[in-house]
Amino acid sequence: MSRAMSTGGPTSARERYFINTNRSTDTDKPLNVVNDSSALPARIGSDSSASVGRSNPSSLRSSPVPSDLSSIAVPTARVAPVASGDFKRPPPPPKAYPGVGPKSSTPPRKLGGYVGFANLPNQVHRKAVRKGFEFTLMVCGESGCGKSTFVNTMFLTNVYNKEYPSPSLRIQKTLKVETTRVLLKEGSVNLKLTMVDFPGYGDRVDNSNCWEPMVRYTEDKFDRHIRGESQVKRQTMSDDRVHCCVYFIAPNGHGLKPIDVQCMKALHTRVNLIPVIAKADSLTAGECEAFKKKILTDLQTNKISIYQFPDLDDEDENKLNKERKSKVPFAIVSSNACVTKEGGKLVRARTYPWGTVEVDNIEHNDFHVLRTMMVRTHFNDLKVTTHCNHYENYRQAHWSKIAASSGDAGANPGMAAGGPLIKTASGSSLNKNPMATLEDEKIDHQARIKKMEQDMEQVFEMKVKEKLRKLRDMEANLKKEMEEAKASLETAKNDLAKHQHSFYRERDAWADENKELEELIRQHYDAAKSLNKKKDKKLIPF
Amino acid sequence: MTSVTDVRELKLDGHVGFDSLPDQLVNRSVQQGFCFNIMCIGETGLGKSTLIDTLFNTRFESDSCSHKLAKVGIRASTCDLIESNVQLKLTVIDTQGYGDQINKEDSYKPIVDYINDQFEKYLQEELKIQRNMFAFHDTRAHVCIYFISPSGHGLKALDLVTLKKLDSKVNIIPLIAKSDTVSKNELHKFKIKIMSELVSNGIQIYQFPTDDENVAEMNSQMNGHLPFAVVGSTEEIKSGTKTVRGRQYPWGIAQVDNETHCDFVKLREMILRTNLEDLRESTHTRHYELYRRCRLQEMGFVDSTSDKSFSLQETFEAKRQQHLKELQTKEEEMRQKFVVRVKEKESELKQNEKDLHMRFDGVKKELAEERQKLDEKKRILEEDMSNFQRRKEAVRQAQDAQHSASLKGKKK
Repeated sequence: MSRAMSTGGPTSARERYFINTNRSTDTDKPLNVVNDSSALPARIGSDSSASVGRSNPSSLRSSPVPSDLSSIAVPTARVAPVASGDFKRPPPPPKAYPGVGPKSSTPPRKLGGYVGFANLPNQVHRKAVRKGFEFTLMVCGESGCGKSTFVNTMFLTNVYNKEYPSPSLRIQKTLKVETTRVLLKEGSVNLKLTMVDFPGYGDRVDNSNCWEPMVRYTEDKFDRHIRGESQVKRQTMSDDRVHCCVYFIAPNGHGLKPIDVQCMKALHTRVNLIPVIAKADSLTAGECEAFKKKILTDLQTNKISIYQFPDLDDEDENKLNKERKSKVPFAIVSSNACVTKEGGKLVRARTYPWGTVEVDNIEHNDFHVLRTMMVRTHFNDLKVTTHCNHYENYRQAHWSKIAASSGDAGANPGMAAGGPLIKTASGSSLNKNPMATLEDEKIDHQARIKKMEQDMEQVFEMKVKEKLRKLRDMEANLKKEMEEAKASLETAKNDLAKHQHSFYRERDAWADENKELEELIRQHYDAAKSLNKKKDKKLIPF
Repeated sequence: MTSVTDVRELKLDGHVGFDSLPDQLVNRSVQQGFCFNIMCIGETGLGKSTLIDTLFNTRFESDSCSHKLAKVGIRASTCDLIESNVQLKLTVIDTQGYGDQINKEDSYKPIVDYINDQFEKYLQEELKIQRNMFAFHDTRAHVCIYFISPSGHGLKALDLVTLKKLDSKVNIIPLIAKSDTVSKNELHKFKIKIMSELVSNGIQIYQFPTDDENVAEMNSQMNGHLPFAVVGSTEEIKSGTKTVRGRQYPWGIAQVDNETHCDFVKLREMILRTNLEDLRESTHTRHYELYRRCRLQEMGFVDSTSDKSFSLQETFEAKRQQHLKELQTKEEEMRQKFVVRVKEKESELKQNEKDLHMRFDGVKKELAEERQKLDEKKRILEEDMSNFQRRKEAVRQAQDAQHSASLKGKKK
């Protein structure tokens, strides 16, 4: 089942990458990816520049397989830098099962023989081609700076022509953002291209906030994507977010105008911004250089971040990339008209009495460089940057805003403020997803309740102890009193008994002693009493 | 706000260059590296680890597990492989002790829990506000290779139960393990039996996709060979002049890479070479989406039909408010309970105090009575004393009278 190596032009692009499978059981050699980098179609204007011949990205994969496989390090995901909103990597998810964890730093393992997953890129390629591609390009600039012509020239087709006039030529009642959608086919690749234009930008006398419609358009698209992502029943959505915005700077001037600065400031956090100098055929080479420098300094002063055309993985490509990057902002000339050069070739150009400006001639202007960079090398990266950076930043800001606003509405004064993303003790709240924060909140609250319960228990216990102690003291006191009273009573009793005893003894003793006398007295008394009943009233007591 | 014209198809005048777009995409994904998670389920001793070693032509040192495990365990190990500049982060998820227990009713639970856990992790990462999906290590099981023991008689009850639980969660590819014990005729019948049992039980196994013309034919052909009968071996045996991987028997060598001997090559081609990306994609778009949908519905989310509202966040907020209210009422309840307790205790203590006082009052009374008696006695004594004094006095007076009378008598 070995597949033959392909030859020929772009139509066989998909076959280019199928591995020539070595199905023998020879287990020594690792498999080589066979590439056909020789098949390149002739390009317009490709003669003069050596850079074009290398711009076929398939050459990126033609580097020979290094013999020492262990020297290849594990790559980390690349994220192009952005001025606003850097990503902080969240901490790795907790290991629930042994063995699975974040990316290891050990070099990858060599295989003993043919396995076959090296075909994975081809599988990806196949699927991508089947799915088709989408791209949204926004052009932004004043009327008459050549936006529609630019689109036509860039894609070498008449997107805007007599039947479908460009937005600027259409008679508009109200100023609004216009989109045009076309389907382009090249090789086996289907590209759905959407052009977004805003005719009338900067035309009025008072142009305050004239960039609002465009900013709102990009935000609408982001919102749509967020909504689609948040659905419970999700479907595959088309990606119609704005991937790139080409901003046209008028060539007559001394740098960026205030309206340019304001507009770019509004857009640069939402979309990849590529500033270009429009109608650059009115600038001489020296003027062009000076103008470019001025623009760059203006951009820096105003802290406007433009798209950086990040480095690719191929070393040679990177060198060319750097060369091309040095020409930013690109000074371009576009043309709808074609002219026959000597040699019979039909090129797009603008004719003047003093000469012809060729669009694809890199000595005349930077259009070709722009097209190479935008379409041939960084097309996918534009989409990826939009998705990974701008969209993520927007999404983050969006959810944070909602979370903050809803949190204030129903905040329990006892709990920490904020929506589902309360600040946990551990720190940043944004790293937690809503379900985890709900859990955290629950745990937090339960802990608080428990603590409260414990406190109350403690207080209760203390009070009860106190009371019991008092009671015991009282009891003890009373007991003591009783004891004392009893004791005193006892002593009194004893005293009395003693007293009694001694008295009675004394009395009895005396009585014994004076018995006779008392007897006599008694008799006398009785006699006296009977005699002196009437006379002697004084009775001797007995 | 926008006016959209119909999509027009246009012809290009020349070569623009966006036909390199797929290449750009591929280059980026190669640079990022790929990740694949393969799960092996089968009874102990069926050759799962050996098969993985054979499949990836490398030794993953994993100790064989005993039959004595009380519960089915899950073990996952990750490693990085590279084959001609393509990096693959492979995670092999192994079940330990599957089919060893006497009561196998719960055998499938740990497996299902593991799969759900990985989906849950992904879902949580996706729902975060500040998320980093691109650095996230995707641990969702992309394919589940189910090892059928080569009895020759069809699927066991345990197989059916487990497969039924798993078929909506993961792509299942059934395999006949140790197929060098099954002869060719038996094998054919066995395969038919297995497939018919799967169909009659409504178990959906993974079908290799036939919508892409490039691979449709091969895939549909392979679909007919399911389940694959495989032999795994990492030993190299000399057979004639060549060294082959296989198992040496007295009657011959069962070669792993020989398509007439077993379906190992087919398995490798299908899983690794042709459909790996599709396995990953279908896990993400079908199984994960299903899990996500069920989970969100379970939590009470519903797609709102209005245009402007963001259902996810609002529902979260509503849930949270409800939750807070519940917690608050709980708090209140607790407080109330406490107050009641305090009151009870207070009255109890008061009662105690009263009792105490009562007790002592009784004692006090007794003492008072005694004191009274004592006083009474004292009084009597005093009375007696005063009587005595009077008597004494009387006697003394009489004595004095007598004395004076005697004196008088003397005078006469």
